[in-house]
Amino acid sequence: MTSAGTAVTRELTAELRGFRDVQRLAYACAEAVAAQLRPGVTEREAARMQREWLYARGVRDWFHRPFAWFGDRTAFVGFKVPLQFFPTNRRLEPGMPFILDMAPVHRGHTADVGYSGCLGLNPVHDKLLADLREHRELILREVRERRPLREIYQDVDRLMVRQGYANRHRAYPFGVIAHKIDRVKERRWSPTLFGFGTQALKGLASDALHGHREGWSPLWSPYTFSDHPPRPGLWAVEPHLGFRGTGAKFEEILVVTDSRDPEQSAFWLDDDLPHVRRWNEEGTAA
Amino acid sequence: MAGKTGETVTGTKRGPATAAGLDGARERRVRTGGIELCVAELGDPSRPTVLLVHGYPDSKEVWSEVARRLADRFHVVLYDVRGHGRSTAPVPLRGGFTLEKLTDDFLAVADAVSPDRPVHLVGHDWGSVQSWEFVTVPRAEGRIASFTSMSGPSLDHFGHWIKSRMTRPTPRRVGQLLGQGAKSWYVYLLHTPVLPELAWRGPLGKRWPRLLERLERVPAGDYPTSSLPSDAAHGAWLYRDNVRSRLARPRADAFAHAPVQLITPTGDAFLSERLYDDLAHWVPDLTRRTLPAKHWVPRTRPDQLAAWIAEFVEANEDPAARAAKPAAAGTVRPAYAERFGGRLVLVTGAASGIGRATTFAFAEAGARVVAVDRDAEGAARTAEMSRLIGAPEAWAETVDVADEQAMEKLAARVASEYGVVDVLVNNAGIGLTGAFLDTTSEEWKRVLDVNLWGVIHGCRVFGAQMAERGQGGHIVNTASAAAFQPSRALPAYSTSKAAVLMLSECLRAELAEQGIGVSAICPGIVNTGITSTARFAGVTDPAEEKRRQQKVSRLYGLRNYPPEKVADAILRAVLRDEAVVPVTPEARGAHLLSRLSPRMLRALARVKPPA
Repeated sequence: MTSAGTAVTRELTAELRGFRDVQRLAYACAEAVAAQLRPGVTEREAARMQREWLYARGVRDWFHRPFAWFGDRTAFVGFKVPLQFFPTNRRLEPGMPFILDMAPVHRGHTADVGYSGCLGLNPVHDKLLADLREHRELILREVRERRPLREIYQDVDRLMVRQGYANRHRAYPFGVIAHKIDRVKERRWSPTLFGFGTQALKGLASDALHGHREGWSPLWSPYTFSDHPPRPGLWAVEPHLGFRGTGAKFEEILVVTDSRDPEQSAFWLDDDLPHVRRWNEEGTAA
Repeated sequence: MAGKTGETVTGTKRGPATAAGLDGARERRVRTGGIELCVAELGDPSRPTVLLVHGYPDSKEVWSEVARRLADRFHVVLYDVRGHGRSTAPVPLRGGFTLEKLTDDFLAVADAVSPDRPVHLVGHDWGSVQSWEFVTVPRAEGRIASFTSMSGPSLDHFGHWIKSRMTRPTPRRVGQLLGQGAKSWYVYLLHTPVLPELAWRGPLGKRWPRLLERLERVPAGDYPTSSLPSDAAHGAWLYRDNVRSRLARPRADAFAHAPVQLITPTGDAFLSERLYDDLAHWVPDLTRRTLPAKHWVPRTRPDQLAAWIAEFVEANEDPAARAAKPAAAGTVRPAYAERFGGRLVLVTGAASGIGRATTFAFAEAGARVVAVDRDAEGAARTAEMSRLIGAPEAWAETVDVADEQAMEKLAARVASEYGVVDVLVNNAGIGLTGAFLDTTSEEWKRVLDVNLWGVIHGCRVFGAQMAERGQGGHIVNTASAAAFQPSRALPAYSTSKAAVLMLSECLRAELAEQGIGVSAICPGIVNTGITSTARFAGVTDPAEEKRRQQKVSRLYGLRNYPPEKVADAILRAVLRDEAVVPVTPEARGAHLLSRLSPRMLRALARVKPPA
């Protein structure tokens, strides 16, 4: 088991680079699009800008197509049905928070990223973003401790309550805080179904089937089917805070391995991401 | 016009010459258009000038309480309107009180007291009616920096208001017309010749102070002044000279050329709140405030008026400060912002759950908040976030509400540092479940200490401050649906909450005459931290207790009624002065059944909860 484990780790490093590259590509897209957002831009336009930016750089398939949420839609205020996640004609106004969320597949590697920003000054949004740091640290620490995913979920929940926030990832399908992502076969035709790439959905479904037999799930949820220790693989983790009409999240890949070394057993794929850089700058400034 | 503009006649006089209640005022006389106006000044003349205009039947002394509170920050100027107080009356009276002449008077006073800078105008009743004229006529443009209006609409706006309702009389609009028509009974009386003068100089003038005390709850003292009979007799011409002509032919261009703050007393017997519905059409820069009070707010609510006037004046003196106001993050109901902006709200149990959500809701509405909790870290966090979402000021205080001495110290500290609390929310509470026979006396004591004594202490120390100030306020006590739903599972908790409910009802009866409202909120099953700290009587094993806490928390989580909705119910209860407010559907159902069919509730009470 141990030898097989190390073999897997070594084999992954080459592959991990692929995942890291597509994650960086996606964040570059988010930053490029965010820089172009102006008052009056609609969510649909923002989603299209992301799609076109990535298409121009070779992205042909998606885990899910880009989303954009503006204003109180960043906190999913009044969301009842999943269709409400799709971009609308809501226009961006000064001071409004926004979230860009996209999951491109590039050269067979998937990334799923979430980028929170706001147009101009919004102290509430800044506070939310700063408070996400604690969640990123908590999740990594507890995954390394091999705590059941459901318990980690509840600890994140408790931290949010203590901070005075509402848990908004609860609004996602199955209330997930994270889901597994994997390699996707490149096909000439890659259709999407309700915004989700069929290839990626197939991978998720197959994981769900295997997991069901073996007692784990590719969805990290508050429910009993997530009551198992972290499963090795790549997890797109997306804690989402909401506070009275303002929402903020990050989403990035957490690598979980079966290594015995705690440092190697789980780590964030990339520490050079916009939100992490922001926290580091704030840290040095303070 | 320049020729008419007033010249100061008499120099500064001090002491006995000034009227009662305006001690230390410098007095001068300004001559304009054949009459002499008596003008009083307080405070440093280099500060921004706040000009207070009185109404009918009043003299400038109606402002004495407000003026005193503003004098340390502003150059406060008051004057007796022509024919009132110690100003002289025009001869003949008929035609001497037109709005045009009143505008001449205002410009003369403004030029005399603040020749270089525009003044901040504040008007009550007829003072507000004439100030609306000043703020909408072109010749006063540039002389007014801001205008705070209370209980006095522009006659032009009023005329258009009537016209629009007459030309399109929907049932609602007819209702509004009839409502205001009934409230204006005294206006018709004042148009009869001679009789009003006779009444004022005779029996009405003598009885007026007592009437004000009884009907309007105006505190007794050196107001009204002895000049009342002649003020009221002369002032009748304000109505006769202006009302009919203006209402029949309102000006079409009565747009305000200065920012306006409108303070509406919600209990005004003479003016409907609906009068101001279309005001945004006339005023580009309008700030609305509401105050649960009767007509004579300068006498009954001087603290709040002074605070709002000062805030508005300062905002308009320094436009930069105004722009820097934090934008409210969510969608605040305007009614809440109008009512709670700048008011002081204290919430206990504010570190989590309903208390925290309530603090945030008040903060969002612009209130100054004090977050009180045993949990210092949580309270500090609540205060910090409150500042972010719109509270001008927010503080955290660490106190156990069950500790009487600590509560008394808290009350003293709050009063000396932040002021008298306008809204008190006694929300802190703990849960205890388990059969009566399993509950120890220690457990009983703890539940009653926090849930009941905490409320008693809060009501006692802060209620006393509110009553002593005599300017109204509101107390909200968080009871529970368990207050009217008996249950074999919650004997101690239900007892404590039933006591809170009855305490609130009794207190409401007692404090009503002071203008202090009391509401009991009965939330029901709400997803908060109370379940994770609840005690289980008869359960000694910590692991078992933990298991039960988790189980109940899970059930409450599944019910998932958010504390934010309870917070909204609390704000609404204060706004409407509601007595008992069941919040969740199950609480409303239980409340209804408790009156319709208490036997059904008793049957429910026997259901044994699963362990």
